[in-house]
Amino acid sequence: MARVWIFGQDINTDQIVPGRYAPYMLKNEADLRNYPFVEHRPDFAPGVQPGDLIVAGNNFGCGSSREYAPLALRLVGVGAIVAPLFARIFFRNALNLGIPCFTADLTSTLRDGQEVELRLEEGVIVTDEGQHIQLPPPPAFLRDVWAAGGIVPFYRQYGRFPGEAR
Amino acid sequence: MQTLSEQILSRAAGRTVMAGEVVTVDVDLVMMHDSLSPSIIRVLHEELGAERVWDPERVAVVIDHVAPAASVQTAEKQADVRRWVKSQGIRHLFDVGRGISHPVLVEEGLARPGMVIVGSDSHSTAYGCVAAFGTGMGTTDIALAAATGRTWFRVPETVLVRAEGRFRPGVSAKDLALYAARRLRADGATYAAVEWHGVEFLSIMERMTLATLSIEVGAKAGLVPPVFAEPGAILPSARAEVRRSALQPDFLQVQAGARYSQVLTVDLDRLEPQISAPHTVDNVADLSELGRVAIDVVYLGTCTNGHYEDMAAAARILRGRRLAPGMRMLVVPASAQALQRATADGTLMTLLEAGATIGTPGCGACIGRHMGVLAPDEVCLFTGNRNFRGRMGSPQANIYLASPEVAAATALTGYLTHPQEVEASLPSQV
Repeated sequence: MARVWIFGQDINTDQIVPGRYAPYMLKNEADLRNYPFVEHRPDFAPGVQPGDLIVAGNNFGCGSSREYAPLALRLVGVGAIVAPLFARIFFRNALNLGIPCFTADLTSTLRDGQEVELRLEEGVIVTDEGQHIQLPPPPAFLRDVWAAGGIVPFYRQYGRFPGEAR
Repeated sequence: MQTLSEQILSRAAGRTVMAGEVVTVDVDLVMMHDSLSPSIIRVLHEELGAERVWDPERVAVVIDHVAPAASVQTAEKQADVRRWVKSQGIRHLFDVGRGISHPVLVEEGLARPGMVIVGSDSHSTAYGCVAAFGTGMGTTDIALAAATGRTWFRVPETVLVRAEGRFRPGVSAKDLALYAARRLRADGATYAAVEWHGVEFLSIMERMTLATLSIEVGAKAGLVPPVFAEPGAILPSARAEVRRSALQPDFLQVQAGARYSQVLTVDLDRLEPQISAPHTVDNVADLSELGRVAIDVVYLGTCTNGHYEDMAAAARILRGRRLAPGMRMLVVPASAQALQRATADGTLMTLLEAGATIGTPGCGACIGRHMGVLAPDEVCLFTGNRNFRGRMGSPQANIYLASPEVAAATALTGYLTHPQEVEASLPSQV
């Protein structure tokens, strides 16, 4: 089972990882795993378990281009992020790192701390109350990138960009 | 009929493309800065397996985010980046003190109209000030672009912001941009481009104010049409060939009948100074609506409003006056050229005589890493582009975004102040 972590709207990358905690600023870059939401939600990094689900409001990840924001989420094993709208750079960065992002508003459907099962390949969340929530599939041209585990393995495997003719 | 983004991406894709299509394009320029370069270099070599960048002439590296280095770690990483730049045969390294990547690449003539420019910085929308399609990307996308000279885009729809009339005294490009954020909201142009029309009278760097703030409504790019009231007077500090390059390329112009997903018309004659209050950029109100807001420190700088024009606008208000008791005012020029120009014509001396101090051209405290980070409960009036909680230091600090004119007036009174209030109530000693 995975835990649901509910976040509000317009969560910016400074809230995900403040610039002061960038790998550039750290003695030991591996420490980045301790810093997702370090100031915005200090109970997140110590409590998150691999596979957990971030369920957020509109415009998740707005702000800077810092890939270390989604990287920090990947380091702690976030299983997927669900939000009605993702900021563009964050979405690309998460895609490139192989973090599944689903476009849906579940902030009032799921509760913070709720236990759910995420069936990634089916795009389904099953709640502890047995409710099945179907997530909208990602755009077809991006599905292969997630399947490959990110843009680097995708590019190395296929030698082309998403959406480019084979 | 095409928008500016459709025209630029069509040329870069080698075929006619329209909004909504997914395209692979050639990029004209890749910019990376010190904050992400170490990770970009690692992905380029270790993950993508590339030995060289695709074209060292079309990669620019700028050390601006922590410049000069603030710690042994940052100094060491900068040294690594310099060694790498040399090993790759990259000529376009702009080191500590040259300034923020965005104005620097425009001043150097590397960013030109009609180009596709990707940068490891979200404010790479800045290059829209010369009608380039500039956009920010993260480590992996930039590494891939540097390795291959290509990237992919979904061709954006375009949100048109059409300005009419002229600014009233004390009102400037920042107020137009913040007003647009107020109306469009932080997500209003997500996945879209913004075009700013009706601003031919603005200089290139004033246009950069609009272009950089385009990302704050979520935009992929923020373009100002390459039309100039006085072509020779766009960039007085730039070399002749740069001035020429700023002229309109043959293929790029506003086309009647281009499709816009949304049109926002702004009457500049009625626009008041706009203030973005904590903690989101779109939390904007007229200055007159806010009442008395006490300010501890005024920070003038960044790629949004640290240009020569911004220092000069502040100096016009500060001239012959002194900062309010207890006020600190930090000025961090956006580029060395801006600083040189402000030095040559006395603008800098005016700022210093008023009681302001000056920092090394670069990003300064915008990312909260050095050169003026904020303490808990401090209130900063910032001419930059983000007032997110914790952006400039303590998450308990408060950041208000405003124009350089409001910044200067506020530095004189100690609370958010309309520039014209200062003109009326505080006599200049000059």
